[in-house]
Order: sequence, then structure tokens, then C-alpha cells
Amino acid sequence: MNPEIGHFALALAVAFGFAQAIIPIWGAQRGDARMMQAAPGLALGQLISLATAFGVLMWVSVDNDFSVLNVYQNSHSLKPLLYKITGTWGNHEGSILLWCLIMGVCGGAVALFGRNLPASLRARVIGVLGASSCGFTLFALLASNPFMRIWPPPANGQDMNPLLQDLGLAVHPPILYLGYVGFAVPFAFAVAALLEGRVDAAWGRWVRPWTLAAWCFLTSGIALGSWWAYYELGWGGFWFWDPVENASLLPWLTGTALLHSAIVVEKRESLKAWTVLLAIGTFSLSLSGTFLVRSGILNSVHAFANDPTRGVFILGLLGLVIGTALVLFAWRGRMLSSVGLFAPISREGALVLNNVLLCSIAAVVAIGTLYPLFADMVLGQKLSVGAPFFNSTVLPLAVPLFIAMAVGPMLSWKRAALIPALMRLWWAAVAAAAIGLWASFGTSLLPSFVLGCAAWLILGAFADIINRIRLLRIPLRSSLVLLRGMPRAALGAAIGHAGLGVTIAGIAGMSMAVSTIALVKPGETVHLAGYDWKLIGLHDAPGPNYSARAATIQVSRDGRPVTVLAPERRSFPVQRMTTTEAKIETDGMRDLYAVLGDERDGGAVLRLHDNFMAPWIWLGALVMALGGGLSLSDRRLRLGAPRRAAKAPHSGVPA
Amino acid sequence: MLFAAPLVAAVAAGGGFYAVLRRMQHGSFDPHGVPTMLLNRRVPGFRLPGLASAGFASTDLFALGHPVLVNFWATWCPPCIEEHPVLMAMQAQKIPIWGIVYKDKAEAALDYLRTRGNPYVRNAIDAPGRVAIDWGLTGVPETFLVDGDGFVRWHMSGAITRKMVAEQIEPLMKKYSR
Amino acid sequence: MRRGLLAALLLLAGMHLAWAISDPAEELRDPRLETRAEQIGRQLRCLVCQNESIEDSGADLARDLRRIVRQRVVAGDTDAQVVAWMVARYGNFVRLSPPLEWQTLLLWGSPVLALGMGGLVVLLHRRNRPKPPEPLSEAEQARLRDLMKT
Repeated sequence: MNPEIGHFALALAVAFGFAQAIIPIWGAQRGDARMMQAAPGLALGQLISLATAFGVLMWVSVDNDFSVLNVYQNSHSLKPLLYKITGTWGNHEGSILLWCLIMGVCGGAVALFGRNLPASLRARVIGVLGASSCGFTLFALLASNPFMRIWPPPANGQDMNPLLQDLGLAVHPPILYLGYVGFAVPFAFAVAALLEGRVDAAWGRWVRPWTLAAWCFLTSGIALGSWWAYYELGWGGFWFWDPVENASLLPWLTGTALLHSAIVVEKRESLKAWTVLLAIGTFSLSLSGTFLVRSGILNSVHAFANDPTRGVFILGLLGLVIGTALVLFAWRGRMLSSVGLFAPISREGALVLNNVLLCSIAAVVAIGTLYPLFADMVLGQKLSVGAPFFNSTVLPLAVPLFIAMAVGPMLSWKRAALIPALMRLWWAAVAAAAIGLWASFGTSLLPSFVLGCAAWLILGAFADIINRIRLLRIPLRSSLVLLRGMPRAALGAAIGHAGLGVTIAGIAGMSMAVSTIALVKPGETVHLAGYDWKLIGLHDAPGPNYSARAATIQVSRDGRPVTVLAPERRSFPVQRMTTTEAKIETDGMRDLYAVLGDERDGGAVLRLHDNFMAPWIWLGALVMALGGGLSLSDRRLRLGAPRRAAKAPHSGVPA
Repeated sequence: MLFAAPLVAAVAAGGGFYAVLRRMQHGSFDPHGVPTMLLNRRVPGFRLPGLASAGFASTDLFALGHPVLVNFWATWCPPCIEEHPVLMAMQAQKIPIWGIVYKDKAEAALDYLRTRGNPYVRNAIDAPGRVAIDWGLTGVPETFLVDGDGFVRWHMSGAITRKMVAEQIEPLMKKYSR
Repeated sequence: MRRGLLAALLLLAGMHLAWAISDPAEELRDPRLETRAEQIGRQLRCLVCQNESIEDSGADLARDLRRIVRQRVVAGDTDAQVVAWMVARYGNFVRLSPPLEWQTLLLWGSPVLALGMGGLVVLLHRRNRPKPPEPLSEAEQARLRDLMKT
């Protein structure tokens, strides 16, 4: 397999990108149907080119072709096959190519699944996607080319960072990028709407499934990254407010706001300017996140390449994409006047509050992440802004959000009565307070309060469904009929909100975790959290490209065996790194977590944890994604524009 | 008017980032560097043993009367090996350097100096690394220019280059010599 | 007020949970002192790592600093004194949560600032809302009644 095929495919993708950017938008501006019809074909062409390029890169890695510089720098013949495949995106150039590939996927998806959209809108959306993706493929081709060659080819490669040779991390980037880059589609919708000069209820409905899909992937991607850190890095931590983590959280926060805002546009034709700005902003935050990570500006464990020159190129690209969108917004934003009126206490009002709180949290996280840079450049001071700051500033903003989240779905549109809505939640409030109170006997005040909020969210979601099917107010059979007929989007929303509650419960539970560090000799037992942890022995456990020491720990409770944990310490000779493989046994309510440290004096340092409710953190994210997926499957979202059967007037309402 | 606000904010942010990147390219901005707290302050009080002969203490620096470089180093540190020839060149220029070995064994340090050459006028060893923490060290090599009264006037975190010697160290040594 | 703030920060920091692999011999025998030392450690940045506290990091320097924190706690220093000791040597950079000074006003004020801006935007939006239609005049109402009758 000649790697130059991939190189050529990448160049071809750039060409397609240019065509995809120019032809459909020009066609839409002129109303030329043929040019607009070219859009899906061009998008698919770019997708196929990018897929080919990516496939070739994967192939040369699997084939141990060390004449390709990227393969030499990141692979080794002894690396397991799985990581040869997934290591394609474990380095800077490969991950940029993955980014481009997913932009191509977005374009292709709109080409294939966007048939319900009116021709001009679809053409403009694909055009905007083409414009952004051709910028990135050009960057990949010129400044981050994974197909650079070296001659003569060395005998073997430099192997990949051992921390990345892990299943969780293998899967994390593609899913995260599907979310990150997936928000390009709502962005394209927003820019297309500004170009058309129209944002209406139909637009709100069409943009929602794409936003939902990107949001589900981003939620899953962030959760996967957090879960990976938890079991791989050996510290038991799962979120460090690291700048790169924050860079992924920012688009998630504004993306959630966008999701909710689009509903108001659809139902009430209101909040149009805000929604369009959120759509532009979310993708802009994704792009800025990429920039910050790859330019070396940020102090982070994740930072890929510290290359200011590359940073300038990406900054230019960003400026073009974001700048154009915001110029359009400044110029044409005035056309997005709202039609619907609503009282402050109403569903719309609650969604406005939701937007304000989510965007405030995003603003705080953004300011905190960038403050050290600002302080250094402008004030000449070196400061750190870490977890303690974020924990103490985000929580006070998040708590009103949690409280409002359960009340919001109870309010009606346009004008709602607050007291009756609260009355329907009284039992959830009592139960949440009781749970919080009960927890406070076992742990400190803050985790108990958060646990109470989590209960409020989960029970509030139930209350929402109960309210919709009017349980206990009408005969049970009628309630069940209502349940079966309930629109999936409503059910999905309740499940999504409950999912957040589950995650928050897990986070609160983690602060009730107990752990111990001990020097243990084989045969000795440690007692922790009601379990008996007996070190059976220590032995060697070599792997394909590493050597390792492993411990066998028998965990039992009241004499009955619970599980056997076998944590390892692995040494990778080529990269000269040691990693710890923690071993976790979970029963859904708690994690038993064991880490093997140094060995000395005939024994080993073991760190053992009983992490109460830790699995709920990621379970909750899964529930959120499932809720989103369920909403996505709602038939109503697939209704499209009426086909032009016989010169019927357009159904859109002028903005 | 309000609609132009996001654009203005984005342009401002973009300009800021561009400025940061330019400074990074010129080397005048290092996002990973940690500046010293000792600049223009007296060196912290300490007393350290020597390698083969007597070590030295902060009182020696207070009463010295002429500027000196204090260089923290170790045998296990690759950038220290990189800067070693530059230190030897400075010794040839009669620039006095006092060395403090950080978290290392005396025999290893003596061996190192015997094989590669000894650029230091005086040597001390901080095996536990506690004195280094008092100096605000975050790693090796780190070099401090101490004037005749024991005040720190210049600091470098990382290997010294010949360019630094010519452009920064020599002028400062001249400035603080009486 | 500073102490209250520090206490609140430590309380909130107690939600965080991660440890570096460390030696069991490092831990203080008195569990209360050990907990205090850990809480202080969580406020201090590991200077040779990216964005970790000294309690999270396995680096040598982090281990040295942990040891020093414990020594000072045993010697009777208050939390503020231990942090001040570190700041004297490494500057405010060593604190993971910067002190509240005029330089960090923008940072600490960001939640209030953000909420305020959000509220402002909402207010302006409501002010620019299209006005509800004017009520009908007498003549127009009479005409409406006639139209409705037919």
C-alpha cells in the first residue's frame, strides 16, 4: 500500500472542500437549482476522499510501514494490533486528520439525512460545512501532514506513550470528536439561516436533531475521558478542571443551552438571536479548544504539541471561520426579531433562566481557564487557577440550575402559575430533603446537600412524567395509554434530566469514599470499609511490549469471597515509562479499587479504595446520552418542508 | 449595536492570543516557566556540607564582596550535562561559580567532576533537597546570580547558553562588581 | 474574612478525591492532623506537573513538599501559615486557588459578572420586544361588532 495514495486523497479532499464551499452557497444566493443540487454530491465526495486518507494512515500503521514519519514516531512492531489501529488518532497529525474526517462525516450526513430540508437551506448548510472543513484539511495538508516520509526507513518505531495504549483511550477521541465537530452542523445551520435572512419555527425543528446527536456524542466522549482517567491514572480522581477538560466542557455547556433554546424557537418563535448566537458560539468554543490545546499556550497534561507557529496558523483559521460567522451575525442579527411574547414565569422564562445559568457557568470556567494566561501577559504575575477555584465558583451557579431543572418542565408555555407547578413537586422536595438529611449523618454537609439535589433531579424527572400521564388523577388504564402515546422527546428529556441527577449523585457519593495506603506482605490482610483485602502474592506478568509486576488480592466480606483483584505496574522499555493498572470491581453501587505501588522489604505498597457510588458518575452520563438518543428517535423531528407539488407558497414565516 | 458585541469580543480575544503566540515565538513568554521569588531579595539562610572539602553557607555569600553564580545541578540531569561546557567556558573567563549538588550522592558528583571537569570554585551538596526548596527550586539546573551583599539579581531555570552568558551574565557581573 | 473564605474553600475542596501513590510511612499517625495536611496539600500546586496538587502527584518535588506540609502541621502551624510558607518560596503560583486581591477581582467576580451580564441581556431583550397591538378605538370597536354580526 503506497502511503502516497493517502496523501493524494487528502489533497483531493481539499479540492472537494473548496468546491463544496463555493458552489452550493453561490447557487443558493442566485437561486440556481442545479448548483444547489450539486451540494450533496460534493459533500459525499469529500467524505470519501477523507475516509480514504484516514484508511490509508490506519493501514500503514498496521503494516508497520516505518517510512511514514508519523508511524515511526508513534508506533512499534510489537505494539498490539488494536493500538496500531486506534493509535492512528493518538498523536497530533492523526487527530487532526480524524477531525477532518468527522467534518466530512458531518457533510455527508447532511447530504444523506437532510433530505427533509428545503433545497436552499441544505445547500447553504453543506456549503458552510465545506468552507470550515476545507480550511482544516488545508491545515492538515500543509502544516500537519501525517503522510510525511523518511528515507531510509528505520528498522522500528519509537512506540506510543503507554498511557495511550488502553481501550478506553482508544475509543475516547472518535466519540469526543463526533461531539466536538458534530456541533459544526448547528453552526452551519445558524450561518445558513443568517445568509437566508430567516429563522423560523421550522428552522428550530430542523436544527434540533443535529444538535441532539452532537450533544449525545459530546456527553459520552467527556464521560469516557473522565472514566479513563479514573481507572488508568491510578489516582481515583475523575475530573481535574484541567484546561483541556474545561475546553471540552465549555461547548457542552453552551450546547446544552442551545438544545433548550432551539425548543423555544420551534415552539414559540422566540429567543431567535440567542439561539443563533449559541449555535455559532458552541462550535467556536470547540474550535478554540482545539487551538488552545495544540498551540502550547495552555499548561495541561493533555497538551499535544507545543508549537507556536502551528498555533498562528490555527488561530488564522479560527479567525476566518468564527469571524465570518460573527460578522454575519452583527450585520443580519437584527432580522431575527422575536414574535412570541411570554411572561417571566413560564416555560420560556424557565428556559431563559436555564440559558443564563449555563452560559454563566461557561463564562466562569472560561475565565478561570484563561486567567493565568491573562495575569501573566497583562499583569506580569504567575498565578494558578485549579480545582479548588472551580469547585467553589461553579457549584453556587449550578445549584440554582439543579433546582430550576425540575420545576421548568412543569411550567406551561407563555404564562404559567408557579405555585401549582411547585405543588406537583412537593413529594419530590420532601424526599430529596429527607435523603439529604439522612446522608448528613454519614458525611459532611456539602456532599449531603448535593446528594439531596441529585435526588430532587431524579424524582423531579419522575414527577414530570407522572404529571404528563396524570397518574392518580385519572384511571390507571388511561394513564398507561397516555404513557404509550407520550412523545419520545418528552420522555427523552425526562430521562436526560434524571441522568444528570444520577451523575451528580455519583459525584456526591465519591466524597464519601474511603481508602487506605499500606505496606502489605504476601499473606497479610488489610481491613477497609467492612471488606477484608488479603494479598495472596506478587508475580511477574509480562505483556507484548512491556514487562510488569502484578499483585493478587482476594477481597472478602464476612468470610464470603467477593472478588479477586490483580493490579499491575507495567514498564515499557522503548518509551521508558511505568504505568499503573488499577483494578476495579464494581457492583453498580460501589467500586472496589486497588493500585499496586513500589515493592520493598518483601512486601508491596497497596492503595485500596471503596468508592461509594462512583459507577453512578458514568452511568448517569450513559442515561443522559440514552435520553438524548430517545429524543432523537422522535418521529416529529423528521417531518420536513412540504415538497413543491404545485407552486404552493413556502410554509416559512419571515423572521 | 448589541449584535456586534460578540464580534468585538472575539476580535479582542483573537488579538490577545496572537500577541501571546508572537511572544512565545520570540521566546519572551514561557507558559511553563516559574519565576523566582528571590529576585532582589537576600538568599535564604542555609549551611551545606561540601563534597570532598568544606561546603559553604549563606553567611559566606553575604560577606563575599563580589558577585558570584550559584548553580544547582545533579549528575542525573541531562540539561546539566548540556550546560556543563558553558560553565567550563565561564570558568575560563574567570566568572566564579559555586555549585550545589541537588539530590545526589557525593561520590557520583565527584566522579562527574573528575571526568568532565570542575567549573566550580566551591562545591556543596544538598542531598535531601530541603535547601533547594528554600531557594524556590522546581528542578535542575537552576542558576542564580548573587551580588556581593548576598542579594539575588538574576535567575535562570534551565540550561545556560553561551548567548545568555554574553548578553546577560557578563554585563550583570560587571555591574555588580565594585 | 480571609479565614472564613479559606475555610469555605477547604470545605468545597473536600469534595475532590484523588491521591498519588505515596508511601504509607508518609502519613501522619494522628488522623486529624493527616486530614488537615491533606486538605492543605490539595490547595498547593505541584510545580513540576501540569495543574495537579501535591497530593495528586507522584513527582519527587511533590513528595518533598508533602513531607514539609506534614512537618509544619505537626509543628503547630495554622493552615494559613503553612500556605504562607509555601508562597514565600514559590509565589502565588503555588496556590491552586489564587488569593482575593485586586489582580484577581475579575476572576473571583466572574460568577457575579456573568450572571449580571446575562440578566442585562435578558432585560434589554424584554425592552426591545415588539409592543402588543394598541387597543381599538370606539369607532373601530363598533365596526368590529358590525362585522362580527354578519
